[in-house]
Amino acid sequence: MNIEIILHAGLATGTILLFAAIGEVFAERSGILNLGVEGMMLLGAMAGFSTSLATNNAWVGLIVAMLAGGILSLAHGLVTIHFQADQVVSGLSLTFLGTGLALVLGEGLTGQHPPTIPIVDIPLLSQIPFLGPVFFSEHSLLVYVGYLFAPLAWYYVYKTRPGMHLRAVGEKPSAADTLGISVYGVRYFYTFVGGMLAGLAGATISLSVSPGWYSTQTTSGQGWIAVGLVIFAQWNPMRAAFGGYLFGMLRRFILDLQGPAMLFGFANPLYVNSNYGFFLQMMPFVLTIIALVWGSRAATKKRLGAPAALGVPYIRGERGL
Amino acid sequence: MNLPYTVIFEKRTADYPKWLPAVTSLVSVLVAFIISGIVLKIIGGDPLRVLKFFFTATFGSWPVFSDTMVKATPLIMVGLACAVAFKMKLWNIGAEGQFYMGAFFSSLVVLVPMVNLETTPKFIVITLMIIMGMIGGAIWGFIPGYLKAKYQVNEIIITLMLNYVALYWNNFWIFDKWSDAGFQMTPQFEKIAWLPRLSDLAKEYRQFSGITLHLGVVFGIIAAIIIWWILERSHWGYEIKLIGDNPQAARYAGLNITRNLVLVMMLSGALAGLAGMSEISGVVHRLQEKISPGYGFTGIIVAWLAKLSPFAVIIVSILFGALIVAGREIQPSGLSNLLQGIILFMVISSDVLLRYKIRLVRLEQEA
Repeated sequence: MNIEIILHAGLATGTILLFAAIGEVFAERSGILNLGVEGMMLLGAMAGFSTSLATNNAWVGLIVAMLAGGILSLAHGLVTIHFQADQVVSGLSLTFLGTGLALVLGEGLTGQHPPTIPIVDIPLLSQIPFLGPVFFSEHSLLVYVGYLFAPLAWYYVYKTRPGMHLRAVGEKPSAADTLGISVYGVRYFYTFVGGMLAGLAGATISLSVSPGWYSTQTTSGQGWIAVGLVIFAQWNPMRAAFGGYLFGMLRRFILDLQGPAMLFGFANPLYVNSNYGFFLQMMPFVLTIIALVWGSRAATKKRLGAPAALGVPYIRGERGL
Repeated sequence: MNLPYTVIFEKRTADYPKWLPAVTSLVSVLVAFIISGIVLKIIGGDPLRVLKFFFTATFGSWPVFSDTMVKATPLIMVGLACAVAFKMKLWNIGAEGQFYMGAFFSSLVVLVPMVNLETTPKFIVITLMIIMGMIGGAIWGFIPGYLKAKYQVNEIIITLMLNYVALYWNNFWIFDKWSDAGFQMTPQFEKIAWLPRLSDLAKEYRQFSGITLHLGVVFGIIAAIIIWWILERSHWGYEIKLIGDNPQAARYAGLNITRNLVLVMMLSGALAGLAGMSEISGVVHRLQEKISPGYGFTGIIVAWLAKLSPFAVIIVSILFGALIVAGREIQPSGLSNLLQGIILFMVISSDVLLRYKIRLVRLEQEA
């Protein structure tokens, strides 16, 4: 139980949630609820892993993982944007589809060791006491990418013109349409972006944080936690990033609780009977529930809510949002 | 590129013909099979052989058909659970967790034990297990229902998270308190807690030997009739459908939406819990890990493919029961998962045909 290790590991595992959650923020901001994150992540993890194995290059793996997630998400886009199908059911079927594809194509990948994303120290910054070892050393390059990506995503959504178009399409597509913004185009684009980021999140697992292919255990529900985080983050990329890191740290802290024989001067029940560990394994999911309840209450108080057109198909020339 | 024809989507003004949903569902399933076959071909399999295997392994003889029905049994109940909730546009995707809680609670009857298993008649033990199973599922449905009613928390995520919680909760008890000599399962239940099976009659009727179909399928059919009655014939069902179709109108009509929300989630959970009970008491006869190969999730597809109609749920469940039976032996193992995903995608895509007429129009005529 070492605070430095917990923070360090939390940043690494939090990066997975960061990519997936920010991707989902983009999709939902455009009005498309994509519940298929888990499936896209799993497909991304598989695609990245097997490509890295075949090409002996983790970076190619990363790109293929993003493309795989993105292309899969287009199936959701087509069905919900053009066919106006229910987004919840379509997202669920995307999860089945992604999981099935990943399992079928990932047959026989377990136990292989492809090249992974390099782990590096940032020169100078890693020398800072405490902050250096936690934030800037012994991290996968992807963690540093995450540091930069979250504020950039925030800036993009709130401070740029395309970001404004994105929000407009999610809040009032008919108004955006009159301004000459292509509602369908924007929605397809950000669904694709969300899929790419989910694929990246998957590859972050299989090529960096816990390298390997363990079929459905690879993602083990993190895609769903990411979807939950988006609501908790109130569709704000920075909050999604913080949420992801916080979650990663809590996760590690919970795991570490099992280590010491004595805890605060008492015999540690988790050490005495390791079966109590099942209650610890529940905690990430219980925490998500608590975070959601808390987030929903705060959102109601501040009258913040989901993008108004979230989950509502847009049909030009019809009454609606 | 200048094609002489163009495709026009024309919004339907009149109701679509009654037979259309059944036809689109059927065609979607066929198309899904064809697409999966193509995928299988690409990765180097033999689709026709797999298809032939699929039919012989699931409908080929009475014993294998009974296997298919055994797998269809929990799907009927879970499918109904999803259908009821979806009717009210409540996205209960926690049937898997409710299934496990139902299994856990009904097991308590035997494991605690709640009654003296030696002297109590079988009828009472089974009834108690049914009630406990439904309570277990209902509790697991109450939590997301209450949170949604009270705090407007998204039920999709909550039900999903509760799936994992239920799984670990179950694991704790089968690894710890009730572990059978350190194995990840409880000891086998006494025969009194087993649902009657057709093979029990093998002494009198030779043809029933090895037929594992159990009483649970009857629960499923009765549940389907009750749910049909609730949805189509009762006042409550009318409220559920009204809230689902037009919550605004329902509110103006003075319906108590929050109360209905919690009640429907509990009903949905109870049905999934009943499925858990039937699986425990009819098939595995003990509480263990992996009682369900994802019944709760398959139930979502079943409900949707059945267009939320209780009787169609039974028919669709048999198809998916077959998929599960065959899927255990078809390699690669993810194939039935993939097929399920493609089926669902095809079904929701085909819904567009119910809302639009698609016509080919000659361009010259347009001009």
